[in-house]
Amino acid sequence: MGIKTSQPGYVLQTQSAESDQLVLSLSGRVSLDDADRLLAEMENASAGRTAGVVKIDLADVSYMDSAGVLTLFRFEEKIRREGGACVTLHLPDRTRGIMGLIDRQGLSMPTLRGEKAPTGLMEAAGDAGVKFYSDFKTLMTFLGDLIAALVHLARHPGEVRWGDVLFTMRRTGAEGFPIVALISFLIGLIIAFMSSLQLKQFGANIYVASLVSLAIVRELGPIMTAILVAGRSASAYAAEIGTMRINDEVDALVTMGIDPIRFLAVPKLIATVLVLPILTLYADLFGIAGGLIVGVTGLDLTPYTYLQESQRTITLFYLLSSMLKALVFAFVIAWIGCQRGFQVRGGVEAVGAATTSAVVTSILLIVIVDSVFAVVLHYVG
Amino acid sequence: MRVDKVESKVCSRIETGKPIIAVEGLTASFGEETILENIDFEVRRGEIFCIVGGSGCGKSTLLKHMIGLLRPAAGKVLVGGMNIGAAGDRELNSIRKEIGVLFQSDALLASMTLGENVGLPLGGLTGLSQDTVQLIVRMKLAMVNLGGYENYYPAELSGGMRKRGGLARAMVLDPQILFFDEPSAGLDPVNTAELEILIREINVGLGTTIVIVSHQVELVLRLADRVMLIDRGEKGIIATGAPEELRFSTTDPRVRNFLFRTDAGQGKG
Repeated sequence: MGIKTSQPGYVLQTQSAESDQLVLSLSGRVSLDDADRLLAEMENASAGRTAGVVKIDLADVSYMDSAGVLTLFRFEEKIRREGGACVTLHLPDRTRGIMGLIDRQGLSMPTLRGEKAPTGLMEAAGDAGVKFYSDFKTLMTFLGDLIAALVHLARHPGEVRWGDVLFTMRRTGAEGFPIVALISFLIGLIIAFMSSLQLKQFGANIYVASLVSLAIVRELGPIMTAILVAGRSASAYAAEIGTMRINDEVDALVTMGIDPIRFLAVPKLIATVLVLPILTLYADLFGIAGGLIVGVTGLDLTPYTYLQESQRTITLFYLLSSMLKALVFAFVIAWIGCQRGFQVRGGVEAVGAATTSAVVTSILLIVIVDSVFAVVLHYVG
Repeated sequence: MRVDKVESKVCSRIETGKPIIAVEGLTASFGEETILENIDFEVRRGEIFCIVGGSGCGKSTLLKHMIGLLRPAAGKVLVGGMNIGAAGDRELNSIRKEIGVLFQSDALLASMTLGENVGLPLGGLTGLSQDTVQLIVRMKLAMVNLGGYENYYPAELSGGMRKRGGLARAMVLDPQILFFDEPSAGLDPVNTAELEILIREINVGLGTTIVIVSHQVELVLRLADRVMLIDRGEKGIIATGAPEELRFSTTDPRVRNFLFRTDAGQGKG
């Protein structure tokens, strides 16, 4: 007779009555934490023994959870595979109850669906291609719907939800203003500082003003503002509409005979298109102000000369093309943000994915549109 | 007489005399607004205890206090003798292994397969082999009639299946107490009946104490060993007892109103 003790819970005693009969008596608490250990101990105790009967005495078990019962089943299965038999003695009522709940056949049945096999490179490339194409198609379809809704509302301006437009203008414009102002101020400051290090060597201090104002007004102002608004608002549009989709609010609108694009997307589009050029103007202003600080404190320029030089650099054409860019960027932000929201299917997880995708896609499109503008304006200007 | 019968049924499953949950002088409030005021009750080991009441009466708030998600404004909530209202995080986590919760929405994580969801609570236990974890998951899924569905994502399952999946996850550690928040919400009568049978099986087979929060009187009357009715105006308990006792001996118009609406449903069920 040998005794094996384990720190917590149970005690397993091995009693060999006859050569072909093994009695294991289990006592104490048999719980989930000990499941693997108990199985190993029982297998050890029965090891090296040819076919015979293994009896498991459960008389002194004070507690056994379903994982404990599962362990007994696993042991029994092993003994049976080796040609032996396994019998439980003094089965407590509670353990019997648990046994009744466990579907033994089900434990060895194959799953209804195997685990997902990893996809090959070609397959993955094909999937990506198909996904890109279908994504492109839905984006364009939505663009068509959006334009149709805009045309309809242009003819019936009374149907536009102007309250919602104002609300979105405040959220996107007024509430976005501080961060846009701060970032463009700092960008102006950085460009002025970096360029002054070089231009100072040639005594060309005054050109810092030209460089900053040109860079800010032509490129950085519109694009930085658009990226910031895409981050703040495209994500918000996607999350809002996406959540509404999950809560069946969009479907509710449809059943009430309300076009969800006119109701939800158009006010956001109008608000963004109205607000982004204004934000861009502010960004230009603050960027130049940032450069001015460097010019006045570090380059011995007077504010007057700095501003005069800036004014000479910025032509009306630059300013107008910058506003035009902002308009197009605004359209892209609202278009992508809303489309990603409407695209949401399934659960909350899809809202997160839509939000990320709204930001990434709109920034990507903004940069693409900006490069098109750069080429076109080069030839036009 | 019927009361005695119910009591004896409960007693046979009680292992120790102490109540598994004791709520003493609990006051629950959000800021200035008091939802429940100075309430006392006990849940006995092994029983199916139902908390019912109209919408907004504070039954979900009470449930959140019992599982330690909210802290009481005053009073104590003793689960297995530990005051979880005043317990530290470590103590709370140890008691949380002894409780399982099935939320109103199934609360399965959408990004994981059903098998991974059910195995989630096992992740904290070291020393379990992968085989064992898989077998335990499989066993629990089979218990809720979802054998073989390990590799399905929650979004691919019906509402009833998701609910049962949530139940499998709640009971994977063989908790002593299972809490159900509106178990029949969003389920059709067939699925509800199936869930009721499961709840009863778990209660009898595993000896799990079950606490159900619901406004579904029919379900409660069919399942409960004891019912507790809370009222919004009263901010507390207006009746406690076995369902039959409440139905036939109460004179309180609020209790009668809440329970007798269901006579037609009872007749059919």
